[in-house]
Amino acid sequence: MAKSIDVSGLNIYYGDFLAVQDVNVTIKARAVTALIGPSGCGKSTFLRTLNRMHEVIPGARVEGDVVLGSDAIYGPNVDPVEVRRTVGMVFQRPNPFPTMSIYENVLAGNRLNNRKLKKADADAIVEKALSGANLWSEVKDRLNKPGMGLSGGQQQRLCIARAIAVEPQVLLMDEPCSALDPISTAAVEDLIHELKTDYTIVIVTHNMQQAARVSEYTGFFNLKAAGQPGHLVEFNKTSKMFSTPEQESTEAYISGRFG
Amino acid sequence: MSSTFPSSTLPPRSLTANALPRWAPLLVAVVSAGLGVLASVLFSWGVAGLVLVAGSAMLLLLPLWSAVVENGRKAKDRLMTGLVWSTLAVALLPLVSLLWKVISKGAPQINGDFLTYTMRNVILAQQGGIYHALIGTLLVTVMAGIISIPIGIFCAIYLIEYGAGSRLAQAITFLVDVMTGIPSIVAGLFAYALLVALLGPGTQMAFGGAIALSLLMIPVVVRSTEEMLKLVPNDLREAAYALGVPKWRTIAKVVLPTALSGIITGVTLAIARVIGETAPLVIICGMTDGVNTNPFSQAMATLPVFIYSTFQEGTGTSVSAIANADRAWGAALVLIVIVMALNLLARFIGKIFAPKTGR
Repeated sequence: MAKSIDVSGLNIYYGDFLAVQDVNVTIKARAVTALIGPSGCGKSTFLRTLNRMHEVIPGARVEGDVVLGSDAIYGPNVDPVEVRRTVGMVFQRPNPFPTMSIYENVLAGNRLNNRKLKKADADAIVEKALSGANLWSEVKDRLNKPGMGLSGGQQQRLCIARAIAVEPQVLLMDEPCSALDPISTAAVEDLIHELKTDYTIVIVTHNMQQAARVSEYTGFFNLKAAGQPGHLVEFNKTSKMFSTPEQESTEAYISGRFG
Repeated sequence: MSSTFPSSTLPPRSLTANALPRWAPLLVAVVSAGLGVLASVLFSWGVAGLVLVAGSAMLLLLPLWSAVVENGRKAKDRLMTGLVWSTLAVALLPLVSLLWKVISKGAPQINGDFLTYTMRNVILAQQGGIYHALIGTLLVTVMAGIISIPIGIFCAIYLIEYGAGSRLAQAITFLVDVMTGIPSIVAGLFAYALLVALLGPGTQMAFGGAIALSLLMIPVVVRSTEEMLKLVPNDLREAAYALGVPKWRTIAKVVLPTALSGIITGVTLAIARVIGETAPLVIICGMTDGVNTNPFSQAMATLPVFIYSTFQEGTGTSVSAIANADRAWGAALVLIVIVMALNLLARFIGKIFAPKTGR
C-alpha cells in the first residue's frame, strides 16, 4: 500500500516570497527518507507540500508537480482532504485532542470523518494502531483516560498511532523527536524502523545521528544566502551522504564545519 | 578563582537585618483605630471620618516605623501592601453595601405568595407578587438568547476560522466593538422603530424587547466566543487536517468542543448581563399587572420594569406606596439572586466542560 513520491520543478511560495526553489526528487516507497539542513531552509515547508498541509497557511502556494504513485496531488479536481487521508503527518509537538480519551484520539481520523464503526472493529483498529506505535502495553488499561494525561513521549506515540490508524500510504514526520527525551526518542526510532515495511516515511530532523540511524535516503536542504530561497543541495543514499557526499556544502554541514 | 570583586566598596552585608516584630501591623492598626475614634469624637466627623482617619494613619505610620527600624525597601513594600489592601476595600465597599441593602430590604418580602401571585387586582398593601414579571423576564431572556447565541457564535466562527485578517473580518470586528458600546436605550428605540415600521405605531410586544436585548447580547457573545476560539491551539486544527478531516468538521468536532467551556461561560455571562436591562423593556414590553405568555401581543411585565414602575409608585408615606416600595426591593433581590445563580452556573459549566488533563 505504500507509494513513492515524484517531485519535479517544485517552487513553494508564501505570498510573493519564494521559500523553496526548484526541488526535483524521487522518494522511494517502503523506505525512510530523512531531510536535514539548517533552520529556515525550507525542509518543513517542503514536507508540508507533500500532503498539501502548507495550504492551511494563507497565501501559501506551489508551482510544479508532486506525483504520489500515479496521481498528481496538485492536479485539477484533486481534493486536498483526500490527499491528507492518503498522506498522514506527525508534528513536532505532540498534539493529542484535549477533549478526547486515548481511545477516541486513536479513532479520531475515523470518527471525525464520520465513518461508522462497529465496536469490535473500532477496538481492533485501536489495538492495532497502538501496538504499531509501541504504546499498547503502556496504555491498554487506561484507554478511557484523557490523551493529555500521558507523558510527552507517550503523547507523541499516541499521535503516531492516530496517524497510522487511518492507514495512510505515506507518513510524514516533522521533527517528531525534537521535544522528546532520549528514551522516548529511541522508542520512536524503533517504531520508524518497524513502520517502514508498510509505509513510505519522510522525516525532517535536526539530529544528524538520527538521520544516519533511521534513514535509507537523505536530502540536504540549504539556503544559497540569507534572504535567498532554500533549495535541495544533495539527495543520496544515507550511507553515501554520511561518508562521501558529492557536494562540499553537504560535507561541511554534516561534519559541523557549517557557515 | 583567586580574583574577587573589590568588596571594600560595598557595605558589609548581613543576611539577618533589623525587622519589625510580627505583631507590628496589628499594633499599628489598633493605634490607628484609636486615632480614628479620637478624631471622630473630638471633631464629630462621624463614621466616615473615623474610617478615613484610621485608614490614612495606618497607611502613614507603618511605613514610617518600618523606614526607621528596617530599611527603605521594606518601608516601600509595607506602603504598597497597605495601598493595595485599601483599594481592595474601597472596591468591595459599594458591592457589599449594595448586597446588604438589597438583602435587608428585600428578604422580608420573599415568601411563597410573593413568588406565585401576580399584581392583578391587588390594592393597597394586600399581598401581591412578581409571578407575572418572573415569567416575562424568563420569556424575554430566553427569546433574546435564541436569537443572539447562534448569531454570535457563528459570527465569531467566521471571524476566527474563515475571515481571519480579511478586510470584511476587520470591519465586522470594528462594528462589533461599536455595538458593545451602544446604550441600551438606543437599542430599545431601534427595536421599537423596527416594530413600528413593520406593524404600525403603538405596537407593544415582548418579542420586540427580545430583539432589543439580543442587540446588546450579540456583541458580548461574539467577543467572548472569539477570545475562546483564539485560545484553541493551531496545532489541533493542523492535526485534524492532517488526518484528512474537512475544515467544517474540524471546527465542529475539534475546535468547538475544545473551546466549549469558555463559550458556555461567556454566553451565560452575556445572559446575566442583559437580564437586568430596563430601558429598552420599558419602551417595548411595557408593564401589566397580570401574566401574559404570548410574546407577540400586548404588554408583558418583566422584573426590571416591575422594579422601576413599583418604585415610582412607591414614593410617599401612604400604605400602598410603602407596600409598592417593599415589592420593588423584593423583586430587586430576586433579580440579583437570578444573576448570581447564572454566574455560579457559568463557573460550574466551565468546570464540567473544561478539557481534562487526567492528572
